Amino acid sequence: MEKFVYIALFAPLLSSLLVALFAARPKILFTGILASALIGVSMIASFVLLVDVNAHGALHVKMMDWIDAGNLHIPFGFVVDQVSVIMMVTVTLVSTIVHIYSIGYMDHDKSFNRFFSYLSAFVFSMMILVMSDNFVGLFIGWEGVGLCSWLLIGFWYHKHSASWAANEAFIMNRIADLGMLMGLFLIYWQVGSFQYDIVFAAVKSMDVAIVTTIGIFLFIGAMGKSAQFPLHTWLADAMEGPTPVSALIHAATMVTAGVYLVIRCGELYTLIPHIGFAIASLGAFVAVFAASMALVNNDLKRIIAYSTLSQLGYMFVAAGLGAYWIALFHLMTHAFFKSLLFLGAGNVMHAMHDELNIKKMGGLYGSMKATAILMSVASVALAGIYPFAGFFSKDKILEVAFNHGAYYLWFALFIGAGMTAFYSFRLVMLVFFGEKEYTKYGIHPHEAQPFVIYALMPLGLLAIIAGFFEHSFEGFVTRLLSHYEVHLSHGTEWALIAGTSAIAISGIVFAIYKYSRGGFSKSLENRACYKLLINQYFIPKLYAMYIMQPFTVLSRFLWQRIDVRIVDFTVDLIAKVIYATGQNTRKMQSGNLSDMLRWMIVGMVALLALAIFFRPMV
Amino acid sequence: MITLTHYLVLVGILFSIGLVGVMRRTNLLMLFFSTEILLNAVNVGFVAVSNYYGDLSGQMFAFFIIAVAASEVAVGLGLLILWYKRNGSIDLNSLQSMKG
Repeated sequence: MEKFVYIALFAPLLSSLLVALFAARPKILFTGILASALIGVSMIASFVLLVDVNAHGALHVKMMDWIDAGNLHIPFGFVVDQVSVIMMVTVTLVSTIVHIYSIGYMDHDKSFNRFFSYLSAFVFSMMILVMSDNFVGLFIGWEGVGLCSWLLIGFWYHKHSASWAANEAFIMNRIADLGMLMGLFLIYWQVGSFQYDIVFAAVKSMDVAIVTTIGIFLFIGAMGKSAQFPLHTWLADAMEGPTPVSALIHAATMVTAGVYLVIRCGELYTLIPHIGFAIASLGAFVAVFAASMALVNNDLKRIIAYSTLSQLGYMFVAAGLGAYWIALFHLMTHAFFKSLLFLGAGNVMHAMHDELNIKKMGGLYGSMKATAILMSVASVALAGIYPFAGFFSKDKILEVAFNHGAYYLWFALFIGAGMTAFYSFRLVMLVFFGEKEYTKYGIHPHEAQPFVIYALMPLGLLAIIAGFFEHSFEGFVTRLLSHYEVHLSHGTEWALIAGTSAIAISGIVFAIYKYSRGGFSKSLENRACYKLLINQYFIPKLYAMYIMQPFTVLSRFLWQRIDVRIVDFTVDLIAKVIYATGQNTRKMQSGNLSDMLRWMIVGMVALLALAIFFRPMV
Repeated sequence: MITLTHYLVLVGILFSIGLVGVMRRTNLLMLFFSTEILLNAVNVGFVAVSNYYGDLSGQMFAFFIIAVAASEVAVGLGLLILWYKRNGSIDLNSLQSMKG
């Protein structure tokens, strides 16, 4: 089985390296096919491993000793257990579909080959992240996905907004990674090892204060990657990247790395339930906070990005309250329907010639039936309607919150569920139904190529049926993760399900009702609350004003005063002195042999004097 | 009695004369003479010190220097004559084609 581990891990790397050979060349269709095929191989290997782990339990592979210095021993080892294999399957499945989809989506792009190289490199980093058996490997993968995210957000680097967004994402993640690094240092300092099994065995006997600190630091890392408040602004701006990137990295895989970290460190977080509760509270806050911003936004991709944020909040609620398997389950189902939603949005963008404003769309159902159906399926799944995937996972999370007695959290999530249903169908209604606004702009939309639609079919299918694997999924992952006991009576459970479904359905019905009649009146846009939401609670502006501006002023000061006046001045002074010495002593080189001989004698006398008067101590 | 000091004083005087010659003279031939004086001053020094310590390596060195000086003069004088035939002068100040 070991070879399947290596195939799953290294096929994406091979793909990336092979395709990189052609990176500077004009489009070659073959690179896209090769990359998709190799990622597909990785997916098949992951499925084989899934079956194997199910039958024979976890697999632990040590490839080689990696770092061996002093007391620090870090092997390059991989663990394929119930959690990582689920992540591997999810990542490779979505990646394969995104790769195939990108062949169609990036068809006319100059840098077709480069795109596939980056995309495969991302998959490789993500695989390292989920498969590593120690924190350092996880961190390497963590940085690797950050780097690939930066490369891919700024893929169209000639656009200023794209390179700005890429830098924003990278810098915000760097801030969070500092927290993560502190956590790792603390772990090493306390335990002396980075291996998961050793660390988790050791934390049980550790001082609670230290475990709390480690937990907080690791969660700061998770906050950056998973774009939780207050480090959330990069995710919406990251939508500058090509849409397949948004689907793969900023919806399905990379942003869930933070959730994966909390799940992986579940044994650590169960020891500090108060931190877990704080995580859950933050998650619930973000769930509502992000959903509210999605309510009014008119940018097709940003709406979905806020929705991702909100769903990540749901995952953190489950993970924070100790229901790790439910968090993982929602992570998986969310990956399916959210990437489907994004890829569908990509089709719409193509049809609309990269127009993103949903107010300029409408009535696209006529020309793009398949995309419309797929996106509606994804939206229903996102809204959490029975029997679609989102219903099972999201409902479980609400149940957990209720079961925990955290009624405030439950209520926040409950409201969030209503908002989710509303904005999803607002989007569907404004894009696919209603008045055909696009005719005013002279656009003739067309459906995407058939193979693109076929590539999306598996995701559509999974968005519908993934929920039914709930019990087998629970049985599978709880062999590793702790069980979560729900102590609610059947009646309460049913009432909760009914309540959640009711608010989701009413959200959908309200959206359909409202937008089939032309939507809200314009006067609403002058209200304070609308302004607050459309400006994202003014948080980007606050960051610009209170963090970026002072920082710019400080940087400017350091540049103009400290750097130019002191550092540069010193360096320049040395150069000037040497230069002036050269200028003045040039006269010595008169070319006259007699003069040279005199100087030679002067030098000799000087050296003699040195030899006589400055004897070294004997 | 002539002691080592006397020899060394002689060496010093000879060397100084040579140095002044090197510094002051502009005639290339005179420069050669001055260099010979310098070399022979050193030779005297070597031999004197060698005799003083009863160690032959100083005298051996003196022979080396004599051999080197002889060959140097042979080559140098040849070049000097060639130069004189071409330029009609062996003044150092005229021997200047590069300038810093």
